[in-house]
Amino acid sequence: MDESFMAVTILWSFLFVYSLLGSLDFGAGFWAMIYGKNQHTNASIIANRFLSPTWEVTNVFLVLFVVTLVSFFPFATSMLGTLLLVPLGLGLILLTIRTTFMVFAHHVHKFHNTLRITSGVTGLLIPAMLVSILPITLGGFIEMENGYPQLLYSKLLTSPTTYMHIAFGLSTELFLSALFLSDYAREASDRTAYHTYRKHAIWLGPLTLGIAILTIFTMPPEAAWFVQNTQDNVLPFIVSIGFFIAGYCFLLLNKWIRASVLCIILQYGVAIYAYGSAHLPYIVYPHLTIQQGFTNSTMFYQLLIVYAIGLSILVPAFIMFWRLFLKDRRYVRPDN
Amino acid sequence: MDTVELARALFGTTLGFHIIYATIGVGVPVMILIAEVMYLITKDKDYMLLARRWTKGFAILLAVSIASGTIVGVMLSLLFPGFMEIVGQVIALPFVIEIFAFLIEAVFMSIYLYAADRLPPWLRLVSIASVAIGATASAVLITDAHAWMNTPAGFELNENGQVTNVNPIAAFFNPSFLVTALHVTLSAYMTVAFLIGSISAIRLLRTNVNKRERTYHRKSLTIAIYVGAIMSLATAMNGHATAQMIYEYNPRKLAAAEGLFETTTHAPLSIGGWTSREDQEVKYAIEIPYALSFLAGDRFDTEVKGLNEFPEELWPPLFVHILFNIMVGIGTLLILLSCIALLWRWIRKKPLPNWLLALYVAAGPLAMIAIEAGWCFSCIGRQPYTIVNVLTTTEAATKSNNVGLLFVLFITLYVMLLIFSIGVMRYYFKRNPVQPELTEKEV
Repeated sequence: MDESFMAVTILWSFLFVYSLLGSLDFGAGFWAMIYGKNQHTNASIIANRFLSPTWEVTNVFLVLFVVTLVSFFPFATSMLGTLLLVPLGLGLILLTIRTTFMVFAHHVHKFHNTLRITSGVTGLLIPAMLVSILPITLGGFIEMENGYPQLLYSKLLTSPTTYMHIAFGLSTELFLSALFLSDYAREASDRTAYHTYRKHAIWLGPLTLGIAILTIFTMPPEAAWFVQNTQDNVLPFIVSIGFFIAGYCFLLLNKWIRASVLCIILQYGVAIYAYGSAHLPYIVYPHLTIQQGFTNSTMFYQLLIVYAIGLSILVPAFIMFWRLFLKDRRYVRPDN
Repeated sequence: MDTVELARALFGTTLGFHIIYATIGVGVPVMILIAEVMYLITKDKDYMLLARRWTKGFAILLAVSIASGTIVGVMLSLLFPGFMEIVGQVIALPFVIEIFAFLIEAVFMSIYLYAADRLPPWLRLVSIASVAIGATASAVLITDAHAWMNTPAGFELNENGQVTNVNPIAAFFNPSFLVTALHVTLSAYMTVAFLIGSISAIRLLRTNVNKRERTYHRKSLTIAIYVGAIMSLATAMNGHATAQMIYEYNPRKLAAAEGLFETTTHAPLSIGGWTSREDQEVKYAIEIPYALSFLAGDRFDTEVKGLNEFPEELWPPLFVHILFNIMVGIGTLLILLSCIALLWRWIRKKPLPNWLLALYVAAGPLAMIAIEAGWCFSCIGRQPYTIVNVLTTTEAATKSNNVGLLFVLFITLYVMLLIFSIGVMRYYFKRNPVQPELTEKEV
């Protein structure tokens, strides 16, 4: 297998993990905001209980993605860094506000309301900003000036495809987090919270799928190469929809919610890898391919060793983490 | 200001902000670990309480440390894309390993913080030890990248300026890695020890503190004095090795640090004063004859290169002499203070008097100033290069036009975070004083 292809597969896998973890993290913040004032349901408590120990780990995956991009594709970093200075800069500011406020409010109870709103609002703004990077790489929003790429902000901000991408990102975030939190509420044996989140997952699921399909039609002419690639290789997308239907049935059946979560993860897994392979060979169309962005092979193999060792240490740590915060009834259900 | 200066100003401020919290993040877990071990040995519950309260403060500050660390990581690519292009090809290993070290820290910090009551004592010790190891490893690895910028190794540039013959292991173990990493780690431990000493001293200077609480704060001060003394001495010894490394690999930086213009043997050490470019000398300095030559090469006839050996456009800003003096000066004062405190305890066998406590109040903030001065010295002293003799800062910086806007936003953010984090710490520890917890345990 081609080295740059292996590298992009690893990078893409981290993106997949982060998109799941990020959806849960940001989505939980949003749901905690919505249900924070509601006295009848524990939905917000459930969301916050999940959020407290996990945000650090989620945050590290974001940094892991950035560092992997820099180390595997240094030439892509220099181009993306120049292009995305403002959107990523603003995203960093929001992320910092979110992170610090979450911890501050944990210690100062006066801040609870401010926290609820900060965490909820940034839980929508940050993913929106991150998702808007996707259409930029598909083509049509970059101009070369004296050999350096510049982003065409006015074109990006007035293009329907940008907003469809954002809508897709947000509905995905809310769908995945509602589905996961309903499973987490079931683990905590909290019926009302379970029903609240299940109800949201039921309407968000089909909506997300609809937006995903519609987004393809809003892509600008410059992205025609990408649309063509998806049409040439449509099978994985059909498999992905198959997983969605299976997962959705489990959700409607009101049983085996864990199976529903697994099916939806598979749905997104298949779809993300299919999206990624349609994106090849470009990182940024038409300026940069994965081969052009790739580091040297000496560095690549050294990095592979590091990733193998690092992950083999981390997996046991994660299992311990999972048992303590997502399985242990003393944490999940402290009142019993 | 042009884009390059703006990018430098923004990134420099970011690092200056991050290093405060990062230093605390490296040092505090070690102090908590010491308190936990003391508890296991003595079974004295005061140590357990110390560990618990330090952990609370740590959790608040860690949030800022993680957030600003994330900013530093991403901002490097945004502001210095030319630099990261070479980093990715040559010195990517420490960055990637650092992520895993940090993940270990994050996972075990969550476990120690949210699950401590569900863990057996030995597992609690393993958790906080993992946090300490993860934090120190992160510092060592990031320092590796910094060291590599000063003494680049493990690659060659061909005639087109492309990177060839990459050897990631040689880059990782670049000449200044070990000595610089040790310097950063030891000085972080030292600084946190003095910071905790400051807090204990403030409490002990209060008149309305009862006897029980006094004993508690004395235990905290004792740990701080011992760790501070050991670490400040170790930092000084390692600082000497660091200076010799600079002499060997980066003579331009040493010349600027000492304001030495003419290459000479038997070079004097200039303490204090400021370097005058016109008169080519350090004004109002105290000169110790031969001392610089001796420090650089352990012999009085060691030849030390002066600034005039290099074209003037390659000189670092000459005010680095002041930064260097601040760092070394404070370090020396802290060693003196530690020695006096230890002698007082060993010979007089009495609690420290108020005048000594007052000095300890100042020691923590001074140590932090020394850290800031040291980082500024190292990075400004490297100018005009980002990677010494390989890549200038101008080549490394972004060609994007919007740095000014981000500069204003980020500075506002840092000021806010500084105020908020201090405010939250004060609020939390005012609301949860130590007194009730001390009496509660005795019931």
